[in-house]
This record gives sequence, structure tokens and C-alpha cells, in this order.
Amino acid sequence: MIAVDIEQQLGAFHLQVKFAAEAPIVGLFGRSGAGKSSVINAIAGITRPSRGSIRINDLSLFDAAKGIDLPPEKRRIGFVFQDALLFPHMDVESNLLYGQRLRSPEDRFIKEARVVELLGLGALLRRKPRMLSGGEKQRVAIGRALLAQPRILLMDEPLAALDVPRKTEILDYVERLRDELIIPIVYVSHSVAEIARLADTVVVLSDGKCLAVGDVDEVMGRLDLKPVTGRYEAGSVLDTRVSAHDGEDQLTTLDFDGGQLIVPHLDAPVGERVRARIRARDVSLAIQKPAEISILNVLPAHVTAIDDETGPIVDLQLAVGNVTLVARITRRSFRELEIRTGQKLYAMVKAVSFDQRSVGYA
Amino acid sequence: MFHLSSEDLGIVALSLRVAVVSVVCSLPLAILVAHGLARLSFPGKTLVDAIIHLPLVLPPVVVGFALLVLFGKRGPIGSVLEQWFGIVFAFRWTGAALASAIMGFPLMVRAIRLSIEAIDQRLEVAARTLGGSRLWVFASITLPLALPGIITGTLLSFARGLGEFGATITFVSNIPGETETLPLAIYTFTQVPGGESQALRLSIIAVVLSIAALATSEWLTRSSKRLQGDDRR
Repeated sequence: MIAVDIEQQLGAFHLQVKFAAEAPIVGLFGRSGAGKSSVINAIAGITRPSRGSIRINDLSLFDAAKGIDLPPEKRRIGFVFQDALLFPHMDVESNLLYGQRLRSPEDRFIKEARVVELLGLGALLRRKPRMLSGGEKQRVAIGRALLAQPRILLMDEPLAALDVPRKTEILDYVERLRDELIIPIVYVSHSVAEIARLADTVVVLSDGKCLAVGDVDEVMGRLDLKPVTGRYEAGSVLDTRVSAHDGEDQLTTLDFDGGQLIVPHLDAPVGERVRARIRARDVSLAIQKPAEISILNVLPAHVTAIDDETGPIVDLQLAVGNVTLVARITRRSFRELEIRTGQKLYAMVKAVSFDQRSVGYA
Repeated sequence: MFHLSSEDLGIVALSLRVAVVSVVCSLPLAILVAHGLARLSFPGKTLVDAIIHLPLVLPPVVVGFALLVLFGKRGPIGSVLEQWFGIVFAFRWTGAALASAIMGFPLMVRAIRLSIEAIDQRLEVAARTLGGSRLWVFASITLPLALPGIITGTLLSFARGLGEFGATITFVSNIPGETETLPLAIYTFTQVPGGESQALRLSIIAVVLSIAALATSEWLTRSSKRLQGDDRR
């Protein structure tokens, strides 16, 4: 459990954030300048809030009222920085062991061999950071943070400096960490796709304030958070389970609480929990059940909320069984179909609109 | 012609001793001061910076005279040092070392400060989050990364110490075997009839020593950069 309740003045920017979250991966989401970095810098002890408290489980890292302020080296927070920040004068192995050597042997729960194997670092140990690619550097940085035997791992936009294939690679590694090392992770990002794929609980920050805390599928589907989650990125997250593979057409069927989704082949065993993110702009609507159509996913739904701003676009919140879906249509379609709250209709999602980054292990 | 007399060798040995002792004793302080100037902001920082740079711009004779006033047998610092610790600078080779340390100090601080300022401070922050105390982070991250600057500063100060003349002759005079370093000896030999050949020999030695110092500095800087993962030549 991580509980943060802090206030801090940084020049003209006022940070006042309060949240408590307990999850394998807590996503800290917000636009740049929302205060994400300020929050994790305070958690790590790099900056000092003027008031409030920070706790991990029962341990108080910071409490202004009680005069507690542990220095960074005593907090045991594994910090993974955006640009890795490997020590240039040490080879990969010395980087990895920097933190471990500072912990007493009985505190070393996470072993070097395990981390090297998990992050695929075996071939890199003798190299200097200068000779590593961006993705390799980030893997070493993650391993270095883990070997310092942290209570919690803070990842500050760890993918921001990487290209798309590297991003996918690191995402896979982060999921492996969560599943195999059982270490809580706070994952900071401005990307809805990353948060939706990784986080269980999400904390939404905007303008130095905490706007929402909750399950990622619930929070990401909320229309009132759209100004923060963004027009382009608006969408919803479905918790699903792999129910079948179609080898011939290379498709995978996912079951969720309200129906089935067909997506391009997914490398996951039947029964595996999988999370699928559906962007609002990938959902189209029909009043009658369409026939002779290429779209594989046609889901019966009803309208639960309408986000009717001015402008050419209308967002609709739909209920499909017990899950929420967001659909984005033009104002003209909205008018011509005469859509009302409570109306029954069909939501359609093309199977090809799912890609590697929108479907991941839950 | 090029035969070094035992007198020549004595002069060279004294010069080296003065320069080495001055550098070794001032290096820790220079690192501390450079780190403070690079990383801290405090009231009066500009003034401290100016005072440290003073020997660079003042006439060396003035520095020597100031040392004589302060560190002389009756000077406010010199008398205390002698009474309490038995340390005497006036008219001793240790005084020559003090003079060359002070003359070389700004060069040393400047080079070290620049190299500390070039270090990404977030590397130190990262090391702290990994469990390193301030002191350990300084020793394991800051110092090794500042090594090229430390080497450059040390060698510059060493070379400055070998050539120091004005402050030394004013502070500790020109006593053969005690304070008569290379520059002072060369000057003396040019002042006596028939001393030119000895002055020439000593001058050649000074040139050789300076070139050797430069070459060592260059070589050390390169290998320390290589150690830091920077393979550019």
C-alpha cells in the first residue's frame, strides 16, 4: 500500500496530491506538467514537500508533522529514470551491483543471477554503458534498481526515450517483473496505452491535483476525465480471458463480462487473463444489427451517458453487459441516428484495430 | 658539457620536493573548495571565488609579501603555528611549498570545478536512491567522474610550483640548500660572472621537467577518460 498526502510549492506551480493505492502496478497518469515527477521525486526523497506524509505499508518515509524525513538512501525505493542514468565509468555488472553492495547480505532477497536472467542481461555484463542501445540501458537500469532490494519500484516514464519496438520489449519485461518478483510498482506515464496495459489501479493527476483514483478500466472509461485522458486517446479497458485460438485465420477469442471479442492472434494460453484496450474512435455504432459486414465484433449495448460538447465529435458511454465502452462518433451521425440515453444499439469494433500495445497480459 | 654537479642535483631535488609537497597538501582542500563552489550556493560565494583567484591576478611579489606578514615568525598565523604546532614556514623549504601551493591553488580549483560542473547531477541522485550516503556517492561517483579535471588541475599546479619565483623569493628568500629552487638558482647564476653555463644547464632541466609534466598529464587524462567509458581520442 502506498499512501501519499503532500503539498509543495514549486515556483508558480502548486502541488497538492492525496491518494492511497494498493495494487501490483499503480499507474500515475497525467499530461506533462501535471505533477507526476514532483510526486515520485517526493516519494523517493529527492525533493521535500512542505507538508504532509508519505507511507509505504506501515513505514513512514516522510511526515512533516512528526518531523520524519528519511534520506533517499534509507527509503529503499528503486527508482528507474527516464534516461536510465547508468554510471558511465562502470561496466554493466558494476552498475547492477552498485546498490546491492550497499545492502547487508541478509537483506538481499532479489539475487543477481535471477535479475540477469529475467532481464536478459547475461551478454552485456562486461560492457560499458556507452556501448549499449537505449533499450539495453533501460533494462540495466531496471536491474540495478531491483538489486538495491527496494520495497517498491518507481518507474518514471521508462519508455519515453525509446522507439516503438523497444517500448514493447520493455513492457514485456515489466510484466514479467510484476508476475515473477512480486514487487509493487508505481509506473508513471503520460501514455494512456502504457497505463491501460500495465496498471491495475490508476491515479490521474492534472495541474498539481489528483483528479481520480480507481480501477484502470473504470477510470479510463470515464467521460468526465476526457480533458485529461485526451480526445485522441479516449477509450476503455476490458478485463478478458483467452477462450479460444483459431489457427487457420490466426485469430484469438477473448471472453469478457458481457460478450466476446475477436482479436488478431495473441501469444497467450487459453484461460490466461488478458487486458484489451479499445480506443473510442475505433468503436462505431448501428441501430439495427448489421448483416453482411466485415467487422467481426458486433456487441449489443445500451447508451449510459452522452458527452455532448460543441464541436464535430460526440463521445458516448455504453454498457456492454457489465463493462463500459466508449464510442466516438460525429455529431452528424449522432443527430441522424437520434441517439438517446438508455437506447439499445450495437457497438462494432474491427478486430484489426487491436495491436501489440493495446492487448497485454493482465 | 652536460654533466650535472651535485649542486645541480640538489637544486632539482629541492624544487621537485617543494612542488610535490605543495600539490599533495593542497589537493584535498582544492577538491573540497571546487566541490563547494560547483554545487553549493551560499552568501558570499562570489567573494570566496574572488579571493581564491586573487593569486592569479596579483603580482607574485605581493602574495609573497602578504605571506611574510601573515606567516612570518611574528605574523599572526606564523607565531601561532610555531608556538602550538612547532611548524615554521619563514625561510624554510616548507615556506616555499606554501608559496607555490597558494600560487597554484586557483589553477587547481578551476580545473576541478569545471569537471565537477560537467557531471550530470542526476547520476548522484540515482546513486543516492540506490542506497549510497552523500559521502559514498561523492567517493564512488563524483570523484571518479571528475578525475580528468583533478589530474589537469594537479599538473597545472605542479608546473606552476616548479616555476614559482616572485612569491617564494619575497617570502622565504634565496637560501642555497633550503629555499633555492630552480628558478631562483637560475636567476642567481645569471647574476654572477661565469655562471651562464650552469644557468643554461638548469634551464634545460626546467624545460625537460615541464615537458615531462605536460606529457604525463596528457597520458593520465586520456587513460582516465577511457576508464570512464569515453573512447574518443
